[in-house]
Amino acid sequence: MASRQSMLQNHPEICRHLLWFFGVAACVKLLLIPSYHSTDFEVHRHWLALTRSLPLSQWYSDETSPWTLDYPPFFAYFEYFLSFFARLVDPQIVDVHQGLNYEADTVVYFQRISVIVSDLCLVYGIYRLTRKLEAKKRVAMWILVIWSPALVIVDHMHFQYNGFLLGLLMLSISYLQDGRDVMGGFLFAVLLCFKHLFAVAGPVYFVYLLRHYCRGGLLKGLGRLAAMGTVVVAVFAAAFGPFFYHGQIQQVISRMFPFGRGLCHAYWAPNFWVFYIILDKGLAFLLKKFGIDIPTPAASFTGGLVGDSSPFAVLPQVTPLSTLIMVLLALSPCLVKIWKNPHPGSVARWISYAYTCGFLFGWHVHEKASLHFVIPLAIVAVQSLEDAQHYFLLSIATCYSLFPLLYEAQEYPIKVVLLLLHSMLMWFGFSAKFSKKGSSSSSSRSGEEGEFVIGWGGKCYIIGIVIVETWGQLLHPYFLGDKLPFAPLLLISIYCGVEVVYSWVWQLKRIMAD
Amino acid sequence: MDRNNRGKVGKDNVELDNNKNGDVCWWLLHKGLASFFLCISMFGLLVRWTVSLHSYSGAGNPPKFGDYEAQRHWMEITVNLPAQDWYINSTKNDLSYWGLDYPPLTAYQSYIHGLFLRFFDPESVTLFTSRGYESYTGKLLMRFTVLSSDLLIFFPSVLYFIHAYYDVHSRGRKADVAWHILLILINPCLVLIDHGHFQYNCISLGLALAAVAAILSQRDLLACVLFCLSLNHKQMSTYFAPAFFSHLLGKCLRRKHPLLEISKLGLVVLGTFAMVWWPYLHSRDAALQVLSRLAPFERGIYEDYVANFWCTSSVLIKWKRLFPTQSLRLFSMVATILACLPSMIQQILAPSSKGFLYGLLNSSLSFYLFSFQVHEKSILLPLLPATLLAMEWPRPFKLLTHYALFSMFPLVCRDNLILPYIALYALCIFLYHPPGGRWDGAKRHHSTPLTLVSVLLTLAYLGSLVLHIVYLTVRPPERYPFLFEALIMLLSFSHFVLFAFHTNTKQWMLSGHLIGSDKGKKQH
Repeated sequence: MASRQSMLQNHPEICRHLLWFFGVAACVKLLLIPSYHSTDFEVHRHWLALTRSLPLSQWYSDETSPWTLDYPPFFAYFEYFLSFFARLVDPQIVDVHQGLNYEADTVVYFQRISVIVSDLCLVYGIYRLTRKLEAKKRVAMWILVIWSPALVIVDHMHFQYNGFLLGLLMLSISYLQDGRDVMGGFLFAVLLCFKHLFAVAGPVYFVYLLRHYCRGGLLKGLGRLAAMGTVVVAVFAAAFGPFFYHGQIQQVISRMFPFGRGLCHAYWAPNFWVFYIILDKGLAFLLKKFGIDIPTPAASFTGGLVGDSSPFAVLPQVTPLSTLIMVLLALSPCLVKIWKNPHPGSVARWISYAYTCGFLFGWHVHEKASLHFVIPLAIVAVQSLEDAQHYFLLSIATCYSLFPLLYEAQEYPIKVVLLLLHSMLMWFGFSAKFSKKGSSSSSSRSGEEGEFVIGWGGKCYIIGIVIVETWGQLLHPYFLGDKLPFAPLLLISIYCGVEVVYSWVWQLKRIMAD
Repeated sequence: MDRNNRGKVGKDNVELDNNKNGDVCWWLLHKGLASFFLCISMFGLLVRWTVSLHSYSGAGNPPKFGDYEAQRHWMEITVNLPAQDWYINSTKNDLSYWGLDYPPLTAYQSYIHGLFLRFFDPESVTLFTSRGYESYTGKLLMRFTVLSSDLLIFFPSVLYFIHAYYDVHSRGRKADVAWHILLILINPCLVLIDHGHFQYNCISLGLALAAVAAILSQRDLLACVLFCLSLNHKQMSTYFAPAFFSHLLGKCLRRKHPLLEISKLGLVVLGTFAMVWWPYLHSRDAALQVLSRLAPFERGIYEDYVANFWCTSSVLIKWKRLFPTQSLRLFSMVATILACLPSMIQQILAPSSKGFLYGLLNSSLSFYLFSFQVHEKSILLPLLPATLLAMEWPRPFKLLTHYALFSMFPLVCRDNLILPYIALYALCIFLYHPPGGRWDGAKRHHSTPLTLVSVLLTLAYLGSLVLHIVYLTVRPPERYPFLFEALIMLLSFSHFVLFAFHTNTKQWMLSGHLIGSDKGKKQH
């Protein structure tokens, strides 16, 4: 009864409620304007200047600043669009030379507010995804996505435009869920031309669209394949065409794929490679103990960049190609599953799984990339109790893994309070959604839903986070002083990596069981 | 036992509500009071700390700086000098440079915070050399002292108050309780002044709030102690004194042995004062010296542009030129007493908890409007009881918050806090209009009839919004450099006066039907 009533709720009202959630978040984001921002801030500022002041043919070849343009063309066009307003606010922002490392209030306000406004894309995506859900699921998802602490930390403090890009992804998923495959594929192609890191989900899209959209006989299927192909090619042509025209395409590609960077980012993302490196170090240590002489690797990981020589002492070297194969291997069971049964209900789950694989096994993965699977997983999290329980821990762990991004003392209370608040809201939201009382009134599958509890394993894990954090903040500086400055960060990587690996296994099992 | 039952009733109500209008905050209320209090206070912390990222009063503005430097200087003085010398002008303690002018509890608080600062950043509190000290760590530590005071004093007081208030008015719905907590904790003016401008109002207001809660839960002696502490932290808490006095007097008069009760309260008050003033009680001179520091009568009747009677009427009557300070002091005292007399009489005749809350509001408003040397920040004091009563009269309360913020706008501009002002203002609008909640604007507006008063209020409201922009962008004419400040003051003042009338009548209307119910409660 209650759910039917909420189904009938009119859309303007849902919109109003959603905008309320967004508004509250936006106020906090406004307050965060003077907080710490990383060099990504200057990167994006430089791109504003670059696109405004230089002709298109030089966008990808300019070297005025070390922060060269390395996103696909749509993002460059996006910066070009923003630079119109930037010039109105303060012409110095868009000056290639004079604007270098410009830090005035105008540029900070402009760029910060541009991120807040571009979040509206995410809001629209979420609106499309949730407008047909029952009220409780809808609000739970708003809490998870619109009030996501990870997005606040990465976008509104560290500085990036992930909210906007994830909004495109969410929109694409919502169209796929509605069965409007062409629109979904189109939006995904657009997203790829904004940020190519999203390409990890490409195989999932490919197999899904091939099986779901291009069916109904050979002829009709081929026709539809051709239609979809045309759409995608048109998008890519719109993005890359102008650069092709100027003969810049080689330059664009080489900027977009800088394989010269190492396997791991300066701070190790909590993924599979952390364990691989640790295993290597451990083996080398043991072998040395047993008297076997091994050459010490010339390059170190902590430096961030890896040269030609292998940094591994014992284990085989990892190349970009091998990481690609690992990702595809990890994806393959899911792809087989999609091939067999391409139903729109599970699209979000598959896409999140693809990004999890990419995060876990990819080359030079940033810890920020965990957003790519945590945000779409929110769609899945509100669907069943097990998913909610899984999401609860995963979300806490990945948010915690973002802590090293904000290393200054001023932001410390903010990140801690954000994580605590998020855990609490999730806890309340999920336990209200999955309570025994609630299930009796919910319309479907009420029998199998129990109460939302965190098992002892989960509780131990959360306590572990507190211990890891206390060690890094208090005990490590107290006992070891300045020695091993990398150890607390490493500990965070390993500890969060455990949860990400667990989540990967869990998601895989869940997909195979469906 | 009783409370458990009530909790259940509350829950049922909330669920009914869900079905009715799709309240979006069901998830928050699923668990008990403790959990949503925790959640809301986390949000409160987040807002406070993010505001504290911004500028503070007198940042990078030598030689006098602002309130931030004043507080830091007091820490410097209290940490380095013995308690007897804190209020005395000496070679080590130049009182003309931000001399300590708050009661001893503030000094003790500065001492504790000074120790904290000295531990982490000794340079920031060294005698003499630390004047005008500003640094990243210094700001961080100072901000942290405010946040921790807020967390240790104001937050628990709010919880205590909510407990006491909804015990008395046991008909509270869970959703109401949650919104009420939110309104008290996220009071934009308080957050802006304490965590932006830099002051410790959270301590004195928190203690006063705890005292109110103690009164509501019939612990009069505890209330006396807490209120005395509040008074001893900031003398501005006197704004509440008439309400406390009249309510307690009224209560005592209705007991069996009025004199005994009154003397008990009196002894507690004296005892608390004696404890706080202990270092200065060894001689008459020492005590008088401290006292003279607290009463800044040498300053004028008003400062800057504060939206009270003296400042606003000075546009027409030049009080400062016409009368000596001596007689102005008398005028203001008489006016203040006259203004809060009606509410005092009401409480002495018919003390009730709701009447007491109104009394607090009325007495603090009359002090704000008529007393001597009022600062624009003093609007925080009437605002506290207003938030406590917010669930009674949501619409006037929203307007009051608006004008309270508005009256501080010039100050906020001086402190370079416009961005947090805008953000907090917007946040308040969102929080005051939760979708699907009781105060949801979209559903209510149809029912309000279009009267002359509401049209005027709306026009004034729009005018004030426009004035914000005008104040920021337009340069005032040469002849009247403070034209916009005066307009802001005039608008705010007229509304405050309206509120004072409104709340006084409300308080008096209470007594009609409350005398009976109060008698019933006493027999209980």
